[in-house]
Amino acid sequence: MNAARRKCRVTGAERVGLYTLVRVARNGLEPGVPGQFFMLEAPGRLLPRPFSVCLAPPGELAFLVDAIGPGTAAIAALEAGDELHVFGPLGNGYRLDVDRPLLVGGGIGIAPLPYLAEQLGGEPRIVAGFRSVAHAEAASILPPQTEVVIDPTLVTSCHLEGWDVLACGPEPMLHAVAALCPTAQLAWEAPMACGYGACYGCVVTIDGALRRLCVDGPVLDAARTRPACDNLSQAMGATA
Amino acid sequence: MRLLNASGCLDALTAPEVAHALDGFVTKTVTPLPREGNAPPRIAETAHGMLNAIGLANPGRERFLADNLPRLRELGVPIWVSVGGFCADDYAETCAQLGDVEAIELNLSCPNVDEAADSAAEIVAACRAATGLPLNAKLSAAHPDIAGVACAVAAAGATGLSLINTLRAVALDRNLRPALARGSGGYSGPALKPVALHAVRACAEAVALPIVGMGGIATGRDALEFLACGASDIALGTVLFSDPDAPARVRAELAAACAEAGVASPDDAVGLAKSPETEAKVNA
Repeated sequence: MNAARRKCRVTGAERVGLYTLVRVARNGLEPGVPGQFFMLEAPGRLLPRPFSVCLAPPGELAFLVDAIGPGTAAIAALEAGDELHVFGPLGNGYRLDVDRPLLVGGGIGIAPLPYLAEQLGGEPRIVAGFRSVAHAEAASILPPQTEVVIDPTLVTSCHLEGWDVLACGPEPMLHAVAALCPTAQLAWEAPMACGYGACYGCVVTIDGALRRLCVDGPVLDAARTRPACDNLSQAMGATA
Repeated sequence: MRLLNASGCLDALTAPEVAHALDGFVTKTVTPLPREGNAPPRIAETAHGMLNAIGLANPGRERFLADNLPRLRELGVPIWVSVGGFCADDYAETCAQLGDVEAIELNLSCPNVDEAADSAAEIVAACRAATGLPLNAKLSAAHPDIAGVACAVAAAGATGLSLINTLRAVALDRNLRPALARGSGGYSGPALKPVALHAVRACAEAVALPIVGMGGIATGRDALEFLACGASDIALGTVLFSDPDAPARVRAELAAACAEAGVASPDDAVGLAKSPETEAKVNA
């Protein structure tokens, strides 16, 4: 584990569509590989919450937050000058050795794509899907070449075949992407107490067995996974 | 005083630097056969704690002995093996195969699996006959007479107590359904501390066994209170999830908390909160 836990100062928090982009001073933390994540202290809550790196400008790390529960709401409410503990980078991240990258994001799943696009370089193709026009305003943090689709149009209607797909989004989207692109790299989420393999809470079915997403993932080759939890969105509510 | 982790709250093989900050590493509970554990969701945060229903996920005795334990030994940290099962023989057979570890902790109180049919004392007696290693009995504060259980396991050959395990509890999601797939889970975190302090104090007054105190310890002051109630060693559980640097922090805070309380050292704090009459009774 090359991760570190530091107290970081919030340098800014801005609305991005219906989400909040929280920026913190790095205080020596490494940004890691795109797709890796950090555990952010949720003020007033017992457990931290996991967020992938959205942007990593010099001296800063930025995380895209969807306030869907008490912890994410507390993090989204942070203001410049506040301090919080930040622990990471954790997990594996995307493999960047791809020939024809296509970045696919759904909703809050666009979070890792700005940093991923930057690290890949060369203006990769990006498709971002949202469930409403208001949510789609968040596409403003993505590079200008991004193709935006809004429900009922789905990202899977955007001709993904033949590309090296790197995706992050809700479970149904990831399964649909996996069906179209068996070689896709998919970033998953799961309720997670620790982020470093200690709690065994974040298991998903990987290679046919329940394994810790924070250790084996969160980025998994499409062929390795299937849903482990029928009510994941409800599950996220309890620890979100 | 030794600082340990609570069983199931740390994987020393994925986070060796955290294990190295402890005076001993307690494994996840080992059962005779491999267990995949419960279906997710397995964890839920509550207002003052968290629930887990991992379900004793472990590779099973055979693979633990052949694969995990040798790698754990390479860490150079004293290893405590948590042993579980579904009858006394399950526990005893695992104990018989363990050598060269610091101690065995018998998980007699996991809230996330069906309980063993045999009593705590029967299990301890079977394990005592199977091994000469130190045997800690991990008990549940859900028992109406935990001090009575402590006396029974002491008479059966336990050489220490680990107090306390999580408490069985339920949390509901926004749709009024149990947040955990199993329905109920083990409650841990700060909410447990007063319950655990009582269990430690009651058992310390009832038996003369050394006690590893745990249950909601998040600061050095928390640890000091466990020592004052009669624990001689301390284990960190849920706090490790939010703060992997907790071992070093709690140690530093404990030294400061001792100074603030006018106690020379953590070991000098042990039992300060016990009542004088019962202290005399145990010594007699």
